[in-house]
Amino acid sequence: MNEEFKMLVWGALPYAVIAVFVVGHVWRYRTAQYSWTTRSSQLLERKTLMVGVLLFHFGMLAVVGGHIGGLLIPKDLTGSLGITEHMYHNVAVAMGTLAGVTMTAGLVILALRRSGNERVRKASQTADFVVIVALLAVVVTGMINTIGIQLLGDSHDYRETVSPWFRGIFLLQPDPELMAEAPWSFKLHALAAMGLFALWPFTRLVHAWSVPLTFIVRPPIVFRRRDSVAR
Amino acid sequence: MKVRAHITMVMNLDKCIGCHTCSVTCKNVWTNRPGAEYIWFNNVETKPGEGYPRQWENQDKYKGGWVLDKKGKPVLRSGGKLKKLANIFFNPNLPTIDDYYEPWTYDYETLQNAPVSKHQPVATPQSKLTGKDMAVEWGPNWEDDLAGGANVLLNDPNIRGELEEKLKADFENVFMMYLPRICNHCINTTCMASCPSGSIYKREEDGIVLIDQDSCRGWRMCVSGCPYKKVFFNWKSGKAEKCTMCFPRIEAGQPTVCSETCVGRIRYMGVLLYDADRIEEVAGTADEKDLIDAQLSMILDPNDPEVQDAALRDGVQPEWIEAARKSPAFALIKRYGVAVPLHPEFRTIPMVWYVPPLSPITSAFEAEDSPADPDDVFPAIESLRIPIEYLANMFTAGDTERIRMILRKLAAMRMYMRENDMIDDDERRETDMAGMDDAQIRRLYEILAIAKSKDRFVIPTRRGEVGRSPFQVQGGSGFPISFETPPEALDGPGGATSNSGFELPMVQLHGVSPGAPGAPGNGSAGNGSNGNGDGRAASAQDGSAGTKGGAS
Repeated sequence: MNEEFKMLVWGALPYAVIAVFVVGHVWRYRTAQYSWTTRSSQLLERKTLMVGVLLFHFGMLAVVGGHIGGLLIPKDLTGSLGITEHMYHNVAVAMGTLAGVTMTAGLVILALRRSGNERVRKASQTADFVVIVALLAVVVTGMINTIGIQLLGDSHDYRETVSPWFRGIFLLQPDPELMAEAPWSFKLHALAAMGLFALWPFTRLVHAWSVPLTFIVRPPIVFRRRDSVAR
Repeated sequence: MKVRAHITMVMNLDKCIGCHTCSVTCKNVWTNRPGAEYIWFNNVETKPGEGYPRQWENQDKYKGGWVLDKKGKPVLRSGGKLKKLANIFFNPNLPTIDDYYEPWTYDYETLQNAPVSKHQPVATPQSKLTGKDMAVEWGPNWEDDLAGGANVLLNDPNIRGELEEKLKADFENVFMMYLPRICNHCINTTCMASCPSGSIYKREEDGIVLIDQDSCRGWRMCVSGCPYKKVFFNWKSGKAEKCTMCFPRIEAGQPTVCSETCVGRIRYMGVLLYDADRIEEVAGTADEKDLIDAQLSMILDPNDPEVQDAALRDGVQPEWIEAARKSPAFALIKRYGVAVPLHPEFRTIPMVWYVPPLSPITSAFEAEDSPADPDDVFPAIESLRIPIEYLANMFTAGDTERIRMILRKLAAMRMYMRENDMIDDDERRETDMAGMDDAQIRRLYEILAIAKSKDRFVIPTRRGEVGRSPFQVQGGSGFPISFETPPEALDGPGGATSNSGFELPMVQLHGVSPGAPGAPGNGSAGNGSNGNGDGRAASAQDGSAGTKGGAS
């Protein structure tokens, strides 16, 4: 891999993705609120959905939590808290495998349902299938990392490569060399994830930002004035 | 006291002939779109029967409405907010489309294109969900005129306990009635309280409950939360939709489409003033059977000067107070007390009311133990074809006394009018007047029997000078058809396109090009509102009060 290509993929591409992600969301929110929805298909089919959707979403929450821990928290910090690399590795692999398998199982069930159930398939938009393919790419490469390399293979300490690279992007000091040292499957995983984030604002995934936290404090009965503009 | 106005509907079930004109006209206006084929904002059920969707009244199944907690406070039957959030990925109480029915069309093309053959070509039913041939096994009004039938009679949640035994034993005296249903535009609205996004709201001015189509995120809690199952999920747009009380027409002083087109003229619409400070207190009434009285007590008398002053202070427009004084809804609900809400025990404080049916009175005289003298009608109410208990389970939380009182008033009115208008002076007899005087009975008769359109529908127009001009938002009302459907495919006269699709203009006026003068900048108009305020007002509003049927 020559230097220019490394710089392009691990130095420039992340910023392009961030730009698409941010601008895309603003554009979507301002112009196409009517399409901003979960696009639930529970009305059309509920039995398979229940299994798939629960496995997927709860697995996903755990996976996201794991990534926050693995990518954002520096190795020095956990080390200073007395957590050895060995301890960290065991916990990360165990939890990661459990969460990853749960999420993958859910996603596979949902993918089979969306393509196999005729009602759901006919009610799907192209974007719904694109989302599933993109998620599968991210999840499969992620599972190769967790199970193929960390659990069964000869293990890679991504907290020396991927994690500092990831943080470097947001610190505006991207270091493509760090990523270049990572195994091929980690690179693929990062690429797939960037693809997912670039697609994000244009698909149903936007519903992730609509977690209704204000619901907790909102009064049950909501009044609005019809003529609120004039007031 | 916080006074608010409410557009209220009363349906006189005595006059419903079950023709479904309300349903059809409503559907043509509001839900004739992909993803909404199965949705009927207005439907007419034959009772007894399971209804639409099946068993909608069974809250053990769907967990809709409110219950009282240990402290006597009304809480959602489906659980608290944290439980709702835990169920956000999958709503365990949501009906599936088969609980309504699988929508279908027919393969009409075969009738045109079939080659010459020995047998007549058949237009086979095709699913609107899959496009494939399908066997039609259930549909809207599958139970039409069946009086429950042998199979589903006992699936009617209103038939329980002693009534169930009685009906089993008395099968040959089968009975039926029609129940037209729309959204009840409740005051203690369960769908609203269930909505995680806060997209469902009640309009302060007229009490109409709407779903903000832009901010709905498709969490589906409203669908299961509504105990009447009158919030629907559009499977194509991924948004919840419900009866809009035809708000663009209401704003123009016109009645809803279902009311306007009702052949039996059973529907009345008018303004009620209510005390918005007492919602939780009324909904929390300890005994279910006291709920109607509690609800009646929060409906204020518009002739009371104190109420009028408070209404003005709270921003109710003077013409709305005037309309409340003339309101047929107020007369039927509060003055004469002959109307009752549907399933008050759901604790939603519903604002669509029903005059219960005085089922075919002659059948009562045919019953064995009824008095022979047709004038002696009141003891006969006990043996009317439709059991009092059945009506009570549906309309009064089981309080048979209130149903009896209402039927007695209705019967007294008929008796009185027959004696006074049909019988010669020298043969006229005194009739039981059920506690009413001559003027009251005549007024009740006028409302129920001969009221003209202007008396049945007393609806003030919205004020043109308040808020955005109706002209500016013309063409912006209604639901987008679909953001995926190309506008050209649907464009027709009056078609307004926008960046998220195509919007149906509500009403088109002669010589005015809808949509042209400033269709709303953000196209997904939908059910009422978006971020910069609701009020996608009526297209037909021209500022003159009380225009009726002026639109083409």
